[in-house]
Amino acid sequence: MRLLSLTTVAETLRMAAPYACAAVAGVWAERAGVVQIGLEAVLLSSAFASVAVALATGSMVLGVSGGVAVGVALSVLHAALVDRTRIDAVVAGIAWNLLAASGSRLGLRALYDSASNSPSIEGFRFGPTGNDGWQVLARVLCDPVSWLALIAILVSPYLLERTRLGLRIRAVGENPTAARAAGIEVGKTRLVALAISGAIGALGGVHLAYDQHRFESGMSAGRGFIALAAVVLSGWLPGRAALACVAFALLEAMQFVLQDLGQASRAVTVVQALPYVAALVALGLGIGRRSAPGGLGKHAEG
Amino acid sequence: MTRLLGPERQRLVFALAGALIVLNVVSFTFGQPPLATLTRMWQGTWGTPYGIGQVLFKATPLLFTGVAFGVAFRAGLFNIGAEGQLALASLVAGLAAARLGGVLPSPIAIPLVVLLALLVGASYAAFAGAMRARLGIHEIITSIMLNRIADVVLPWALAMGLSTDGVRTRTIDDAVRLVSLERFVPALRGSAASVAFPMAVAVAFTVNAWSRRSRAGRELEWIGQAASVCEAQGVDVARRRQQAMALSGAIAGLTCLGTVLGYKGYYELGLGAGAGFSGIAVAMLGRGGPVQLTLAALLFGTLAQAGLAINARVPRDAMGVIEAVVIVLMAAAAHASARQGASPSKPSPAEVQT
Repeated sequence: MRLLSLTTVAETLRMAAPYACAAVAGVWAERAGVVQIGLEAVLLSSAFASVAVALATGSMVLGVSGGVAVGVALSVLHAALVDRTRIDAVVAGIAWNLLAASGSRLGLRALYDSASNSPSIEGFRFGPTGNDGWQVLARVLCDPVSWLALIAILVSPYLLERTRLGLRIRAVGENPTAARAAGIEVGKTRLVALAISGAIGALGGVHLAYDQHRFESGMSAGRGFIALAAVVLSGWLPGRAALACVAFALLEAMQFVLQDLGQASRAVTVVQALPYVAALVALGLGIGRRSAPGGLGKHAEG
Repeated sequence: MTRLLGPERQRLVFALAGALIVLNVVSFTFGQPPLATLTRMWQGTWGTPYGIGQVLFKATPLLFTGVAFGVAFRAGLFNIGAEGQLALASLVAGLAAARLGGVLPSPIAIPLVVLLALLVGASYAAFAGAMRARLGIHEIITSIMLNRIADVVLPWALAMGLSTDGVRTRTIDDAVRLVSLERFVPALRGSAASVAFPMAVAVAFTVNAWSRRSRAGRELEWIGQAASVCEAQGVDVARRRQQAMALSGAIAGLTCLGTVLGYKGYYELGLGAGAGFSGIAVAMLGRGGPVQLTLAALLFGTLAQAGLAINARVPRDAMGVIEAVVIVLMAAAAHASARQGASPSKPSPAEVQT
């Protein structure tokens, strides 16, 4: 496997999907003014739910819907709690992450009597089999979950910037007090934004699970956190956030290439830190020093 | 209910009720009568002297990280990087203690190791503090990245030669370890509790006194309430924030007292992991002062130990779920009681802005 090959392209695209979904989910939440560091929880819980539903019903499509439903539910619950009880959104996010990590392990034990992974699911298998570069790429391009994710990511900028709903969400995110004075229901708007955020984030989780054809404990592996960095780097713009995620995915794909080259594999594991270091450096260089939405973490007052 | 219980206790009642409900559901799911699970939890924790010792042991890191998070939180900072700070500090402490054992007498070696842990924790956190103070990048993002970097670098460093087997550091000489509590309370025999627990309590009280009495401590609290006012009054907000972050990281680094020096005698991968995040819950529950903080740490320590006690029948992950539910319920109930005007005014940190 060479550094630049069709396989690398395919692997990059495949790995970018969960990152990009989570990042765009983060943009939706934060543009509405809701701090959401529970993206990891959205990924993990929807991945688990999709596999559980798929196994229980035997229908892969129902599995996808189940995953999305759970992602939406968690996200909406976050918005509702933050709005109603004024609970600190960061603390809530940490609680969701803990809940998803422990809850999914508990679910594995309860449903499948396993500590590490679920039985395998069929998933979607379209496209050619085989391990040639073009075959791998064709499989990635034939994956329905990837397409769903791609569509969601592509329409996000349009929805946010050009529609009435998007305008309301941005208004609530920039200045909730003023938005309320203008007659926008702040709480309700944030619920809608977080529902969209949860749905898109869940597609990332479903993609993770369907890609592996099973659920593994802790399979989100920090992707929700990387996505958070992508949100900040992008200056809270969905398109750029997705692009940043492709860059992160490329860095991750490189690891496999390097490991493939067989260079002292243990020494190479340190390159796993690359995406995080890259994010720090990029932030330090002032990329994406665009300011955050003005109403991030604020409530309508008065 | 507020009048009967007071807001702080009301929060606790909410949280415990939620915890019990979750426990019942989980217990039933795994085919266990809830009462039997509860009994097992009690026997594994406060029901026996050994259990009590284990609870103290589990509470020790949580108390350190709780104090650490609280210090930064008072100044309006979110140090969610304790996870990485304590891991790095523990590794360095383990390495240093192994090297110093037999070379220096323990009254010199132990303080030296502790100082190193403080420094490592402080510098890792100071990095996030500097990014915030100099470049305006929110410490939440930086801390998360630093946590992940520590997650990757530690196993790598251990595999690359800091350990003999890729998982743990060399065993520390007895002279550099902390004294076990069973030396003073023979009933605790066999438990992992060490003098690190009273040390953690002392740290909680010291830090509290410092932030109430000292100039730096007062200024930090004011910054947490109204940073722009402090700026206008000539307080060097950026510098103070950096100091708060470093102090927070240093205290998080002390976690190694309970785990590396007090119990294991070496550092191994994952030792103390999770304490960084649970410490946030401890700090949230124990906002009133050092006594409340200690009780909160004991509560979460009890949950952790109880999880081990039931693990054979009901997976201990149930305790993670309970912990999450407790965090959410407490935070939510805190607002409910504040709205009733019954809560003593607590500093609400500056709004989160990334």
